Amino acid sequence: MSLTRQDVEKVALLARLKFNEDGLDKMTDHMVQIIQYVDKLSELDTEDVQPMAHALDIYNALAEDEPRPSLSREDALKNAPKRDEECFRVPAVLGE
Amino acid sequence: MSIIQKTATEQLALLNSGELTSVELTQAYLNQIEQVDGQVGAFLRVETESALAQAAAIDQKRATEAPLGKLAGLPVAIKDILCTKDTPTTCGSRMLENFQPPYNATVVEKIRAADGVILGRTNMDEFAMGSSTENSAYQTTQNPWDTARIPGGSSGGAAACVSADMAPLSVGTDTGGSIRQPAALCGCVGLKPTYGRVSRYGLIAFASSLDQIGPLARTVEDTALLLEVLAGHDPLDSTSVKQPTPAYSETVKQPLENLTLGVVDRHFGAGIDPEIETAVQSAIQVYESLGATIKHIAMPHADYGIATYYIIAPCEASSNLARYDGAHYGYRTDQAEVVAELAEDGSDEGPLVRMYRKTRSEGFGEEVQRRIMLGTYALSEGYYDAFYLKALKVRRLIRQDYDAAFEEVDMIIGPVTANPAFAQGEKTSDPMAMYLEDLYTVTANLAGVAGISLPCGFTSSGLPIGLQLQAAPFQEEKLLRAAQMYQAATDFHTRRPELS
Repeated sequence: MSLTRQDVEKVALLARLKFNEDGLDKMTDHMVQIIQYVDKLSELDTEDVQPMAHALDIYNALAEDEPRPSLSREDALKNAPKRDEECFRVPAVLGE
Repeated sequence: MSIIQKTATEQLALLNSGELTSVELTQAYLNQIEQVDGQVGAFLRVETESALAQAAAIDQKRATEAPLGKLAGLPVAIKDILCTKDTPTTCGSRMLENFQPPYNATVVEKIRAADGVILGRTNMDEFAMGSSTENSAYQTTQNPWDTARIPGGSSGGAAACVSADMAPLSVGTDTGGSIRQPAALCGCVGLKPTYGRVSRYGLIAFASSLDQIGPLARTVEDTALLLEVLAGHDPLDSTSVKQPTPAYSETVKQPLENLTLGVVDRHFGAGIDPEIETAVQSAIQVYESLGATIKHIAMPHADYGIATYYIIAPCEASSNLARYDGAHYGYRTDQAEVVAELAEDGSDEGPLVRMYRKTRSEGFGEEVQRRIMLGTYALSEGYYDAFYLKALKVRRLIRQDYDAAFEEVDMIIGPVTANPAFAQGEKTSDPMAMYLEDLYTVTANLAGVAGISLPCGFTSSGLPIGLQLQAAPFQEEKLLRAAQMYQAATDFHTRRPELS
């Protein structure tokens, strides 16, 4: 399985990261190495194996449906890099 | 012997008999931090004032003969990944440099409720991703046994502070070995509980199906005491299991009869440092002399542990770390720069996406970005089956290896690491070499079983060596008793590093 610099650039957009030219080269090198290593799993026949997403066999851990206080708006906004009285502020999403 | 050289259990007896106050004990540790942490760098922040205030309040409570919790004035160091209300919690990252959580992690509440004194926050690899603590955005931590070497990671500060007598008890987290590997390299005890034993509420998530909080201490007895405080079902974490918490500290000294230990032959031979092999083999002989039966077991898929882990953990990380968007909390890039770039390059990437990308590239360190990239790639269209689904299937095979082993033996005994602590900088440019540090530890996280690391010797150059015991899910009580049998028969845990 080969991974190109263009692939890495595409993944960087999906991951909302950005690399400069050198960073992109380095990331590509490292990802190629790691992916070659993890490809070792293809040696195993797993045709009839059930995937295991979790170590515990717990299903539907439901809480009682009782209202309780949640984080106040002020607490939720307290760490925001940019905010107003009631909202998180972000750059314009739609064009001007 | 100075008070800080005593074990937490001994200190607790002195606190309870009135021969020692929590303020005296806390001050003694603050003095030790003042004296040696300049060389070690275990703490990101020492909370002197609040620690002394908590200690004084506990002494006051004792004076009025009010009932005290299990820690009754013992100091505890906390890895900087556990949310503490209105107190900086950085996770070793620039991304969270100014973050002050609006709530407490459940384990923080539990330590407070048990009358523990929180001394400060320990250093770690950024977002717990690393095996050397070199990925911290703030500082490196030195191994107290040789300050030119790494303490292990990601809970490097948590292990180093115990090893250098800067805290009697310490809380770490283990996603692929992050408690056991630094405990081994720093010569202390570290336990990764069964997945679900300790609530993860307020633990800043790295890989949610693998992360687990656990105790570090100098002795097995002290480790048992802290686990007893940390463990238990929590309605705020739906993956914490509804099981009663055994009184670990009360049973830890009872030896196990008819103990059967499993040895995996492929853990030895090629790839392991000969001095580590010798020390671990000697430890196995100690158990035989204590009446244990040794059986050779096969873990046929153990060699696939690292490959499986380095798919699953980055996939979960890429999803968990998507929350750092520069909008809700944490770091955000300079908006003026985003606007300037937008005007300059004329591409059709909008201001919001630019803000995200610039924020995340500036706020995350190199290793964290690498894991996000790997996870995003492995989960992307066309690769999901080949990587993520495949890894989940191999994870099942690894768990089945454990299930089969625990049909035959009570515990698995072996090394924690293949090599002793390595030099600072030695593996920073080679991610794969760093990843292989977790060779013997990751499978316990993938399978969700419990594991403990305890001191079992030293190399000829004086570096600590760790012994690993692994037990079936929710068998921590037996795990601690088995570890205590070894510690009662040996004295490796009593040796101390020499710091000037």
